Amino acid sequence: MKLSPKSSTSSAQAGEVETSTLNKVRLATKDPFFWSNWIVVIAFILVVLVFGALKPHSFLTMYNLNNILVASSIPAIIVVGQTFAVATAGIDLSISSIMTFGAVVYGIAFTNGSSWWVAGIAGTIAGTLCGFLNGLIIAKRKISDFIVTLGMLSVAAGFALVISNGVPRQIVSNSLSNLAIGGFGGIPYLMVIAFVITVAAHFFLFNTRFGTHILATGGDPDAARSMGVNIDLVKIVVYSISGTLAGFAAMLTISRIGAAEPAANTSLLLNSVAAVVLGGVSLFGGRGTIFGPFVATLLLQALTNGLTVVGVAAYYQYVSIGLVVILSAALVRTK
Amino acid sequence: MMTNNPEYAIEVIDIQKSFGSVAALRGVSLFAKPGEVTAIVGDNGAGKSTLIKCIAGVYTADAGEIHIAGKKVHFTTPEESREFGIETVYQTLGLIEDLTIWQNLFLNREKMKCIGPFKILNKKAMRLESAQMLKNLDVYIPSIKGRVRGLSGGQRQAVAICRAAGWGSKVVIMDEPTAALGVRETAKVEDLISRMKEQGLAILLISHNFDQVLRLADQVWVMRQGNVMAGMRAKDTSGDELVALITGASAGKK
Repeated sequence: MKLSPKSSTSSAQAGEVETSTLNKVRLATKDPFFWSNWIVVIAFILVVLVFGALKPHSFLTMYNLNNILVASSIPAIIVVGQTFAVATAGIDLSISSIMTFGAVVYGIAFTNGSSWWVAGIAGTIAGTLCGFLNGLIIAKRKISDFIVTLGMLSVAAGFALVISNGVPRQIVSNSLSNLAIGGFGGIPYLMVIAFVITVAAHFFLFNTRFGTHILATGGDPDAARSMGVNIDLVKIVVYSISGTLAGFAAMLTISRIGAAEPAANTSLLLNSVAAVVLGGVSLFGGRGTIFGPFVATLLLQALTNGLTVVGVAAYYQYVSIGLVVILSAALVRTK
Repeated sequence: MMTNNPEYAIEVIDIQKSFGSVAALRGVSLFAKPGEVTAIVGDNGAGKSTLIKCIAGVYTADAGEIHIAGKKVHFTTPEESREFGIETVYQTLGLIEDLTIWQNLFLNREKMKCIGPFKILNKKAMRLESAQMLKNLDVYIPSIKGRVRGLSGGQRQAVAICRAAGWGSKVVIMDEPTAALGVRETAKVEDLISRMKEQGLAILLISHNFDQVLRLADQVWVMRQGNVMAGMRAKDTSGDELVALITGASAGKK
């Protein structure tokens, strides 16, 4: 190595720059956050590639991809609320029941002459109230999130049956059904709405003071309280958000099926928890993203859809989704 | 007896606090000067923790007065005490492991900026100021964007201390700041405390480590069974004398 002093220093500098970028990549891959954030994206791409290779002419069609987006949109809205609850180290087991309750309130408002969007506001407010009650009881009575929302699961489902007499109501509204059918630049309206909510939630969690307090409350409630964070308020707001989104999603569900049904869709709850875990949100709170669970929701719908396309019986689909969730949780945990 | 002296950063006068029938503080009076480390020593149950919690606003004293720079103050919550420039570093530190260092430094004091109708976090300003806060006390942390989870015990202690010192605070209370640290990290934290002292902060230090107290402190108060047994300059006392006062073998001088 016969280099003049000048060139040796410059090459040394170049070397430093190189190692620092290399180090950055190495550090990033060592960070557990990196894996929990990106594993779901990799898994999603894998699922699309595998099913695309197996059935390119039925899975990878515009029609089918559109189906996946439409099917993902309501779960994607629900999962935002669940992500907030889990980020505070809680869980909202009542979201699917609140959604049913919201749907029934929608049906009553609509059949009593309200326009489609006024009924939507009524259903959403009904959801907000349920969520607010959840949060209030959790924060003020210091009862575990699990128990309170489990109770609300039953209470909201019960009230939905009581006020509807257990009878579904048909909802005929062109504007509403147009919401489910139409699209914006090839993207279904429902997915556009879900995406806007997701982006807004991301902004709220990572760019506002309250968002930081949500993460702080989930990470270490005692430390957060000692710094003056109002952790009761955090709990109340988080569950109110979750309830509001469930009430709002009720309207979108009605737009798809054309009826307000008092029956709870339990797979929605299961899928929301699954997507949160898959999306790399820590069940111990304080850590997570909004986009992780969003991609995880797409992944779960693509998986269900793909299994149907390749002809796997519906019963096995439950098994496979459960296995994917457990597997991904195990992977993230060991990293 | 002590008088109401504006030269004292903080002075407590005849503080009493009982929990039911248990008298934790039976009329404690002491002071701390700015630019000094004031140590409070005593056996377990002597009332040290109760005293600092009264000063930090966690408890409200049953009787007695707290003066800050000669002015009588009254507060009932930690937030109010903080507004008077009193910060506390507890043994648990109060850091959130999953948040970054700058997020912890600014927790509940986030800097905001307005974008249209929205008030959003001014992350850039907080990062810059965080780096400055650490630099002011010569604390070296590889990256303020890193999470507290990745820090060693000494680094965590340093971050917690910087947070307490960095808010225009006048009095910083530290509860056993080096109890969980190794030799090298203890030395670093002690250096940090010395630098805070040079910057004119009044530091109230609770420690069981007599060597450390004699090394760091300017003023020492000895507590026993809810009373102050003695107060003296650290240079005028010795480990043996402190032990005698703490155990009650020596009656003390007020």
